[in-house]
Amino acid sequence: MLDLKAKSACDGLLPVSYGPFTLTELVPAALTSIAPFKGQKGSVTDLLQKTFGIGLPEIGKATDNGEVKAIWFGQGQYLLTAPAPDGIADIAAVTDQTDAWATVLLTGDGVAEVLARLVPVDMRPTAFPEGSAVRTLLGHMTVSITRDGAGYRIMAFRSMAVTLAHEIAGAMEAVAVRL
Amino acid sequence: MRVANKGRIDRGSRIGFTFDGVRYEGHPGDTLASALLANDVRMVGRSFKYHRPRGILTAGSAEPNALMTVGTGADASPNERATMVELAEGLTAVSQNRWPSLGFDLLSVNDLAAPFFGAGFYYKTFMWPRAFWEKLYEPAIRRAAGLGALSGQDDPGDTEKGFLFCDLLVIGAGPTGLMAALVAAEAGADVILADEGFAPGGQLAGEVEEIDGQQASDWAAALWAKLSDMPNVRCMSRTTVTGAYDQGTYGALERFPAGKGPRECFWRIAAKRAVLAAGALERPIAFRNNDRPGIMTAGAVRAYLNRWGVSPGRAITVFANNDDAHRTARDMVEAGISVAAVLDSRHDAPKSEHFEVIRGAQVCDTSGRQRLDSITYRTAQGEHRLMTDCLAVSGGWNPAVHMTCHMNGRPVWREAIHAFVPAPDAVPGLTPAGACNGTFATSDCLAEGAMAARMVLQDLGMTAPDVAIPMADSDAGGCVPLWAVPGKGRAWLDFQNDVTVKDVKQAAQENFRSVEHMKRYTTQGMATDQGKMSNIGALAVLADVTGRAIPETGTTTFRPPFSPVAIASFGAGGKSKGFAPQRFTTSHAASVERGAPMIEAGLWYRPSWFPATGESHWRQSCDREVGYVRNSVGVADVTTLGKIDIQGPDAAALLDFVYTGLFSSLKEGRVRYGLMLREDGYVMDDGTTARLGETHYLMTTTTAAAGEVMRHLDHAKQVLRPDLDVSTISVTEQWAQFAVAGPKSRDLLEDLLGDDLSGWPFMSCGPVKVGNVDGRLFRISFSGEQGWEIAVPARFGASLFDALVEKAEAMGGGLYGMEALNVLRIEKGFLTHAELHGRTTAFDLGMERMISARKDCIGKVMAARPGLNDRNRARLVGLKPVGEVKQLVSGAHLFREGAKVIPENDQGYMTSVCYSPTLGHMIGLGFLERGAARYGDRVVMVDRTKGLETICEVVNPVFFDPDGGRARA
Repeated sequence: MLDLKAKSACDGLLPVSYGPFTLTELVPAALTSIAPFKGQKGSVTDLLQKTFGIGLPEIGKATDNGEVKAIWFGQGQYLLTAPAPDGIADIAAVTDQTDAWATVLLTGDGVAEVLARLVPVDMRPTAFPEGSAVRTLLGHMTVSITRDGAGYRIMAFRSMAVTLAHEIAGAMEAVAVRL
Repeated sequence: MRVANKGRIDRGSRIGFTFDGVRYEGHPGDTLASALLANDVRMVGRSFKYHRPRGILTAGSAEPNALMTVGTGADASPNERATMVELAEGLTAVSQNRWPSLGFDLLSVNDLAAPFFGAGFYYKTFMWPRAFWEKLYEPAIRRAAGLGALSGQDDPGDTEKGFLFCDLLVIGAGPTGLMAALVAAEAGADVILADEGFAPGGQLAGEVEEIDGQQASDWAAALWAKLSDMPNVRCMSRTTVTGAYDQGTYGALERFPAGKGPRECFWRIAAKRAVLAAGALERPIAFRNNDRPGIMTAGAVRAYLNRWGVSPGRAITVFANNDDAHRTARDMVEAGISVAAVLDSRHDAPKSEHFEVIRGAQVCDTSGRQRLDSITYRTAQGEHRLMTDCLAVSGGWNPAVHMTCHMNGRPVWREAIHAFVPAPDAVPGLTPAGACNGTFATSDCLAEGAMAARMVLQDLGMTAPDVAIPMADSDAGGCVPLWAVPGKGRAWLDFQNDVTVKDVKQAAQENFRSVEHMKRYTTQGMATDQGKMSNIGALAVLADVTGRAIPETGTTTFRPPFSPVAIASFGAGGKSKGFAPQRFTTSHAASVERGAPMIEAGLWYRPSWFPATGESHWRQSCDREVGYVRNSVGVADVTTLGKIDIQGPDAAALLDFVYTGLFSSLKEGRVRYGLMLREDGYVMDDGTTARLGETHYLMTTTTAAAGEVMRHLDHAKQVLRPDLDVSTISVTEQWAQFAVAGPKSRDLLEDLLGDDLSGWPFMSCGPVKVGNVDGRLFRISFSGEQGWEIAVPARFGASLFDALVEKAEAMGGGLYGMEALNVLRIEKGFLTHAELHGRTTAFDLGMERMISARKDCIGKVMAARPGLNDRNRARLVGLKPVGEVKQLVSGAHLFREGAKVIPENDQGYMTSVCYSPTLGHMIGLGFLERGAARYGDRVVMVDRTKGLETICEVVNPVFFDPDGGRARA
């Protein structure tokens, strides 16, 4: 019987650390994109409330119950870090994205200084507080960045994992060496 | 020489460095310039055109003379301003624009030939013969006139770029900038304070004066330290704000000491407001031979004394038209340095009891070839000679208005201070304050800085704090204009480009009277310093000779960057592979391990072929791999093709709208080929789309156009048909997908899946269990053989790839790469972007019947334009060689047999060629006038770049298995 082995997006690339900064891979149990059909945003929110206790986030925000996040992901699109709840397929376009993204967590004291080298958006905790989410660029890559506790959860195309790890590690090193 | 008990440097430790191979010592806190002066090195370079000996003129970023190459080998950086280079242990500096040495420079003969080299010399002299310009004259001139050279090697150093945000950006940390930053910071605003130097205080760092009873430089250092400790302030030293751009964006270059990561960071700063506190630049006075080493600006002479404890000479003379320069004499005398005299052009200049002031005096000549030894000055009593080795000159101060010109603002003349000041609101959101705004007294600068910050705070809706303005000097240093001392000989205006008063006069004489024309005719202000030291002097001379006032004459403008920025810093991170992200498939590592050369397809990397033992040429590998697919089974990673998940009640409607064909009629579990047009009616992309469910489709695109198609769908959905209830999302990355093709492909898959696949007809699709994993299977073919594509979530891609390869090899097949994939599709006449190159229509491709008559679609109306359906258009055909020459080349053009090879006779072109191992000769696809109507004709394929002419027969583009039986088998 064929037994396929799973390999994570950043397999062999992470973790890396420089000074106070650490970059680790997050392997989410599931990533599900949800795009409510016309006039169904309320029902989708209700369903998420019922299932996970969180609603759909505003533009540029994420909601979080401690385990599951719903991240604003683009026009009329949200990313749920869990499998699709039952009954949602009738009211929203639901697509499995679990394997489509390389997800990394960047942490460390003053880590916004690292992101200042990479991202054309103000990532300082005051400007990008807990609950913030953004679709932006990291170097030349399109990414989704969400505040995750003291760190930042960064998602890039899975195929770009090597570049993602390389770019962030380079900036971590450049900042760490000057501390 | 160093002066005891003066200077704000650390004399406790030493730094060794070399200049032109000679070792010297300096101290922490020195610049390269101050350390050279401390070691009595006076001549530091040769001038641009005449190769005149030159010394250090200033103590700041406007330095036009002391340009040197710092570092060696690949690390060498040319045209570094010695006044801005922070001294570091082991620093190596070399002078420029001289040969064989700085002291003995053969090209200084240019100086003797100076009468010939005036303005417009090149334009007039090298007119004839015309062809000589590019080959002879220009290279010779470029060798003779120049600055430092690049190393010619790859830059081993690293640079970085970044993004910063703030409420208020303060540009310059002199008295004005420090006060502005303090007021804004105390109000809680988010402040960035940037200064190009490495010690705060701006002009104060080199002055002796008091602020609130404290030495001004100490006051500045203390305030800088206080601001640095505030969490809402980012103090950036060694940071030059280089340009003002749209919507409050500023460029800034931050330099870092060696061994501390990348050497420079180019920042883009998004600031809600900015205060420009750039200070002022002291202007020289033009007089005969005013460019000798030892002649410096007066402010620089006292800055070297006060800040670095260096006296640039043993007997100092001051020549000025203002009070401010008298400070230089005062500070020198106080330090025990001999002051020969203060020559003041004003008849009412203040006297001093500490040094001699000669009123109404003007310097009219100097002598000393490599170092000043005497000057001649003129008074009402006649000409007098004075022995002196340092002349401190001041013609007054020019506000540093540069940044306010970056968005096309022209500075305006203020008669009261005889200088240009920033035009109001020249850059939206930027407030000039202090000396750069024409406010010169320290006390006024402090007040104006605080006021600028208060206005910003009000704008931003914040409350201004109660911050007291410190007590300070209130002398603005009165000035009576003196631009050029009349007389014979050459008097320099632009030191960096060797432009003299005579050149400007000559330009005016030859009718280059507009300031812009004068600039270009004389090259004044066109050097790397953009005329920071010379613009005002030159236009004052121009105004004088043309009988106009200065404001009437106008001024040229300044463009970003404020001071030179290495391209490496602008493009930081873009070196080599950093230029673009790399996209790797899940089979990448396994392919590389098998020795496959990888080729870039967009950002993706794909294997070209998989070399086997004994193969020495790619064609051997390619032919073998084609054989796998035609005879047994081949496996290829096709993950890179774009995959778009389309869901919603109106999913079918969207597809009908974007594709030429009907997709609403496609049955669930079936796949259909689709053609997509641009709005102008030309073909955009093709691919297959599968119907996975009633309201669920999966579209595939070519690798190259995946992004473009995604954008096209977004546009269609959001702009053209917002009424449709449909959602699209890319799933290219979610699925690892592999083509399994060949007569034994079904056997392989049945073995792999442990399932019977006989019920899967051509163009069917559906879910399958791949081991325990939920996958998808599509029966589609890009090779003309029985073909399948199997997809699993990407995390299982590498594992599935290994399993497929193992099974294929066991069945006498194996992997095939891009080359074989291309051969297989050309043999079948299938299209790629070689044919869908943006200038072809469905009609050209023989697919006009694919534009459904039963519905509208994007591009349908435009595709019906008469010219796009002309039977004489070049249309898709196959071509095979039938003469002696058997070679085909893509890009070659097609001509009638016997026709002259001229553009008028061009009938078409070749788009794709390959050697077909299946047919045993080369084949090609191309576009030929009247296309299919020409089957059987003979044409000549001509490639003039290769000197190739091949006689071809025009054939059906489907070379192999024209009825498609093998794919359906």
